[in-house]
Amino acid sequence: MEMPVPNAAILDRRDRIVERLIEILGPDGVISAPEEVKAYECDALTAYRCPPLAAVLPRSTEEVAEVVRYCNDEGVPIVPRGAGTSLAGGSLPTADSILLGVARLNDVLETDYPNRVIRVQTGMTNLSVTGAVADDGFFYAPDPSSQLACAIAGNIAMNSGGAHCLKYGVTTNNLLGVKLVTAQGEIVEIGGAHLDAPGYDLLGLICGSEGQLGVVTEATLRILATPEGARPVLMGFDNSETAGACVSDIIKSGVIPVAIEFMDRHVIHASEAHAGAGYPLDVEALLIVEVEGSDAEIEEQLTTVKAIAQSHNPMVLRESTSEAESAAIWLGRKSAFGAMGQLGDYICLDGTVPVSKLPEVLRRTGELSQKYGLKVGNVFHAGDGNMHPLIIFDANKPGDLELAEELGADILRLCVEVGGCLTGEHGVGVEKRDLMEHQYSAADLEAQMDVKDVFDPGWIFNPAKVFPLGVSAARRG
Amino acid sequence: MTELPARDEADIAEAIASAAAKGTPLEISGGATRLSLGRPVQAGQRLSTRALSGISLYEPGALTLVVRAGTPMAEVDAALAAEGQMLPFEPMDHRALLVSTGQPTIGGAVAIAASGPRRLQKGACRDSMIGIRLIDGLGQVISNGGRVMKNVTGYDLVKLMAGSWGTLGVLTEISFKLLPAPQTTAVLLYDGLDDETAVQAMSDALGSSADVAGAAHFPVEIDGDPVTMIRLEGLEGSVAHRTKALVDHLGAYGQARIVTDPEVAAAGWRAVRDAEPFAARDGAVWRVSVKPTDGPGLVSALKASGIAKAAFFDWAGGLIWLLTDDAGDGGAAAVRAEVAPRGGHATLVRAHAPVRNSVDVFQPEPAPLARISAGLREKFDPKGILNPGRMTA
Repeated sequence: MEMPVPNAAILDRRDRIVERLIEILGPDGVISAPEEVKAYECDALTAYRCPPLAAVLPRSTEEVAEVVRYCNDEGVPIVPRGAGTSLAGGSLPTADSILLGVARLNDVLETDYPNRVIRVQTGMTNLSVTGAVADDGFFYAPDPSSQLACAIAGNIAMNSGGAHCLKYGVTTNNLLGVKLVTAQGEIVEIGGAHLDAPGYDLLGLICGSEGQLGVVTEATLRILATPEGARPVLMGFDNSETAGACVSDIIKSGVIPVAIEFMDRHVIHASEAHAGAGYPLDVEALLIVEVEGSDAEIEEQLTTVKAIAQSHNPMVLRESTSEAESAAIWLGRKSAFGAMGQLGDYICLDGTVPVSKLPEVLRRTGELSQKYGLKVGNVFHAGDGNMHPLIIFDANKPGDLELAEELGADILRLCVEVGGCLTGEHGVGVEKRDLMEHQYSAADLEAQMDVKDVFDPGWIFNPAKVFPLGVSAARRG
Repeated sequence: MTELPARDEADIAEAIASAAAKGTPLEISGGATRLSLGRPVQAGQRLSTRALSGISLYEPGALTLVVRAGTPMAEVDAALAAEGQMLPFEPMDHRALLVSTGQPTIGGAVAIAASGPRRLQKGACRDSMIGIRLIDGLGQVISNGGRVMKNVTGYDLVKLMAGSWGTLGVLTEISFKLLPAPQTTAVLLYDGLDDETAVQAMSDALGSSADVAGAAHFPVEIDGDPVTMIRLEGLEGSVAHRTKALVDHLGAYGQARIVTDPEVAAAGWRAVRDAEPFAARDGAVWRVSVKPTDGPGLVSALKASGIAKAAFFDWAGGLIWLLTDDAGDGGAAAVRAEVAPRGGHATLVRAHAPVRNSVDVFQPEPAPLARISAGLREKFDPKGILNPGRMTA
């Protein structure tokens, strides 16, 4: 992974920069000792590490603004960080950057049930937002797998999805407003508790901009009344084409399940060995389809879903009849990544493909897996085509990581080739940066970089992410 | 005004490149049904996407539609209806309100980010959009997003284009995620509620697990007797179940009348969506977006000062349609003064050209955001030839 050469003039001013940051934030707001900044050297993409020049943990939006203003004036890059759970290296520091963490901004500012919104500081974890309103019968819908740990700041930066977005959408569909610190250190409000934008949809632009347009310190999020109940059904098929056709037929039927999850043979076996969820081991593809509502509504939807499944001759069709059975059905899926981790180190991709291309992509991924001699497990959100191939490799074996990355790149190119995209919910970060030209033309990337120019003329926010270094070289100076 | 011929995307690109080279301003249109919306454009030539018509790709099993920008809405709706699907955001048809003729296009709906009553539940126009192709102000083709519903590859220019009113580029193709059309609709009607109580009732409904797909309120001046409308949609059994549960839940607001006749229900929500109550009435028309519980206070203040002649509410109180005098500033100063302390925004949707020329039709942005908006416009349309004047003077 190529990273820009650190700016020597900034490294030389290190002591003065740290001193000034301490003036702004106080000594406990700045982390600069080499052994301590090491804690911020990577996010969940652990293959790449680089300690920042210093890390700062502001306690207020005003403090964030002051830090940003200072860094912008000095030309010092800022790497914003939520909880550091990015799988794409979205908060990988550079040696000459200040890592700006929002961990201390973790308060609920307002819960407003009549208007169905909650206003929070963005250091709050995703799950704690739901936690703040659950007792009153509400929830925050986007549910990335890392929801116990990941911060709203990172969710907004990456426009995170989750298992339930077929019905509820992703972060951008549930975000109504932000408080943003601009590159100039101004504090601006965009959106609010109202439901649409007055002019250009700047909120839509900021969500998913990977921390490159500003620092979001507060968010107004839409909350929804919790459904009465939910129930999954488990289906096993002897090939993934049939499972894919079943998904398509369910979607066409008018039922919108809250989740349609797919697991292939590798993942089924690994999960079963790990979690003992009672999955059938003789099937090639397993689907978990979950619907929501009252008992009567669940019954109505599952009647349709089961009839469709039957028409595809499933090897297994098992409807949950109790809370315990539902939990067991989900247990295997939720432990899938951990289970695959038992087989070795893995890279988790997240390309999206058109639902109609799922069988083709699964078949060709299998062929690529054989060509490279690396095992690939598939577990993903089938309703929206967001795949998660897990490439198993051995980090201790020289060259294996590089081989796995090459295979990953080939799989992502395949996703783009069939009409999909490089990343459905993890973000580009550094991980997929150099593949961007496979998806976008020079003019397409130019338009995106133009947007960055407008928000961040000095290109100080989150350097070396999203755009291939060669493409952004002239702008980065 | 002369209209430039444009048969396809290449023609559009060429026309814009040539206009950019000469610095000739262009008025951009789709079906030309909304040209009196926004500030009058200062242009001598018009460029229409009308010829860019037709569905490029429709996969019902993937809930995906890719459609050329000039395709008439009616054609899109018919194609989706044939498969039992829909564009969920219920875009407004402005013909009645603006007394225009012609066929509204999908590109026009996107350019103005038209979102109707179902926005409450299923999201706005921009939430259904998953990809775009556009021609920027220099005549270059730019695409963003794609045809899959989960895509975070690069910046989201798709949403930026929704509501850019043809000032950042000319849309040529748009991809959408779709939803199944509801099998059944039921509407609960509550009579005689004042605005405050109606918003409270709608809020209670939305706070329940009834999954409300529309909540609107017509005060006394609209229909003779105040009526509050709450819509439920979905599978037949589910709607029946939720109707019963919601009637019980809202018992304190009186006896509900329940409409299940699909045509009656559709006509009622069309009236809300298209601001039909103001179509036949003289006056300027404002569209105000605020936090739902702020709606009644804003309306009562504007009625008390004589600025608002009539009003009604969509989006559970958060979207307010106001009728004001079509003279002077059309009520701009007073309306914006009421919006300011509450947060939100107001757009002048209908007024005589002199009024639209003399006031901010769109909500003025605070300085840092105005700078960003102007910067974006400068980047996407450096010559300032696309719909100049439409959004800001």
